Amino acid sequence: MRQSFIAKNPSVLVFLSILALFTLLVTVFAEGPGAGLIPTSFVKTLGKTLCLCLIAIAMDLIWGYTGILSLGHFAFFGLGGYMIGMWLMYERTRLIVSDALAQGDIPPTEAEVVDAIGTQIFGVVGSSEFPVVWMFADSLVLQLMLVVLVPGVLAAIFGWLAFRSRVTGVYLSILTQAMTLALALYLFQNDSGLRGNNGLSGLQNLPGVEAPQSEVSMWFFWASALALGLGYMLAAWVVSGKFGSVIRGIRDNEARVRFLGYPVETFKLAVFTLTACIAAIAGALYYPQAGIINPAEMAPVASIYLAVWVAIGGRGRLYGAVIGAAFVSLVSTWFTGGQAPDIPLGFYTIKWVDWWQVILGLSFVLVTLFAPKGIGGLFDLLPRKDRT
Amino acid sequence: MSTLLEVSGVSVSFDGFKAINNLSFQIAEAELRAVIGPNGAGKTTFMDIVTGKTRPDEGRVIWGEKSVSLLDMDEAQIARQGIGRKFQKPTVFEDQTVRDNLMMALKKDRWVIAVLLFRASSADNARVEELAAEVGLSDQLDRIAGELSHGQKQWLEIGMLLAQEPRLLLVDEPAAGMTPEEREHTTDLLVEAAKTRAVVVVEHDMEFVRRLNCKVTVLHEGAVLAEGGLDHVTSNPEVIDVYLGR
Ligand SMILES: Nc1ncnc2c1ncn2[C@@H]1O[C@H](COP(=O)(O)OP(=O)(O)OP(=O)(O)O)[C@@H](O)[C@H]1O
Ligand SMILES: [Mg+2]
Repeated sequence: MRQSFIAKNPSVLVFLSILALFTLLVTVFAEGPGAGLIPTSFVKTLGKTLCLCLIAIAMDLIWGYTGILSLGHFAFFGLGGYMIGMWLMYERTRLIVSDALAQGDIPPTEAEVVDAIGTQIFGVVGSSEFPVVWMFADSLVLQLMLVVLVPGVLAAIFGWLAFRSRVTGVYLSILTQAMTLALALYLFQNDSGLRGNNGLSGLQNLPGVEAPQSEVSMWFFWASALALGLGYMLAAWVVSGKFGSVIRGIRDNEARVRFLGYPVETFKLAVFTLTACIAAIAGALYYPQAGIINPAEMAPVASIYLAVWVAIGGRGRLYGAVIGAAFVSLVSTWFTGGQAPDIPLGFYTIKWVDWWQVILGLSFVLVTLFAPKGIGGLFDLLPRKDRT
Repeated sequence: MSTLLEVSGVSVSFDGFKAINNLSFQIAEAELRAVIGPNGAGKTTFMDIVTGKTRPDEGRVIWGEKSVSLLDMDEAQIARQGIGRKFQKPTVFEDQTVRDNLMMALKKDRWVIAVLLFRASSADNARVEELAAEVGLSDQLDRIAGELSHGQKQWLEIGMLLAQEPRLLLVDEPAAGMTPEEREHTTDLLVEAAKTRAVVVVEHDMEFVRRLNCKVTVLHEGAVLAEGGLDHVTSNPEVIDVYLGR
């Protein structure tokens, strides 16, 4: 009677196989260890895309399954990036500074080293003092914990306040967006302690690692693939049982779920916080591949894009979210990266960099109106044995 | 028999309109009660108050042998006290299978972690199948609830209600949209359920109420107009005036 989780969810196995195959192919053809057909920059793009797929899964859990249209999950993604970025930047600067000071006659004191790091990092915002938020920046372990803790605690507090007052629907979306905007605006300030609009940079360089970027990018690609695979399994497990029933019930009729005795607010809070943590992990893997993070990344529009990906891919099915994020973000990279040839019409030249946004907006509207199941809905058209 | 639910002096108004006006109501354990009354009498609002959906402006709602006040609890807490409700419009989770609907309703720990780790045991599956048989949905278990007929959804909701094993069942117009045979089956089920728990049935159909063969409370303009056996209340001139004589 009782089957294993994988046996009951064959789509998980299919997804993991495709992901493994994809990872293998990229590894074989990549510039670093492989045949050199895929340039390092594209390996990074692919690795980043995997991270975007992971945050799309988080978005699908909170929106597609639980019915909460959060326009704030990119804030958690960004915070995750900042947390790992702090260690990367601190540690790399420390190594550089220590090397430089060691050239002198007298070995530098600890205080001198810290001072020099401070000047290096915060010079751009006219300071050399370490703000308190950098307290743990010298410890990789602690910063890795903060990757999950900071966004997790923020989401828990925010969610507790919002869900307890029974804010729902579009009001909740606006509230999450306001949170994101407030966070971005705060980080834009020079005295926020995170270098204002300069953000954190040089994140692609792993401190103390001599390996070339072609190899480092492969490591991050693998890590991203692993995180995506684990995240997919976790999400599939979460939605497979009664918990999945309850959150889909909350999406469709939360009052009814309450009358069954389920503490609806606690369920929402649990999913909101869990997905914030998944988003943060995705961000912590994304930004070292991007090399730089700044508050503009957290602008509310990023979270809206996330909703668009999930809608286009197909809400309420995990592979839909992955397809949406991968497809739209890769196509978007192509159009906005200048690779797409402009089309001169004589009287007007279609520049894809500008027009891509319009196409994206239009396809969002079209999908919402005419294909609410998104691209993932195409899989329903396949003949299935277990359907009569 | 001891009182299970006691509602006393409850009033509620919507924008100045008194939907419930100083209503008092009691039901004992293992009692079956029919509530009748014209449209807008406040029958559904009464259920809303007991289940925590609507807060009364005044009055008390006291529950169980420990006499706890339900007014301090939210809907989910009240439900966990053992009060189950069937809505006037059938409300099931249309996107999910009959089995999932019943499994969700099954009396189990409602806490997040317990729900997350829950995997149905063979006893749970057996119980769900038993319930489905009871409400005549045995061969529909793996269908999506949204595809069921109106009557079948009513059944499913009754099944979910039984799955909760509540001490008090509030049933709002259970027979609406049912065929005569289905109505008869529903009566049997409610009478059977009332042997071990309290059941309040709101119903317009007099034949249905007669078959329930129980004490009847007549509501009118948010207050109790008459109470007693069906023949007693239907011979009350006031009742005839406001309700039966329409
Ligand atoms: N949320 C609300 N806001 C405003 N008025 C309401 C609300 N809920 C109920 N009412 C009004 O209160 C009165 C009682 O309504 P209720 O639904 O309890 O009647 P009912 O006895 O269940 O009627 P029916 O037999 O039609 O189901 C009606 O006049 C209704 O319009
Ligand atoms: Mg009613």
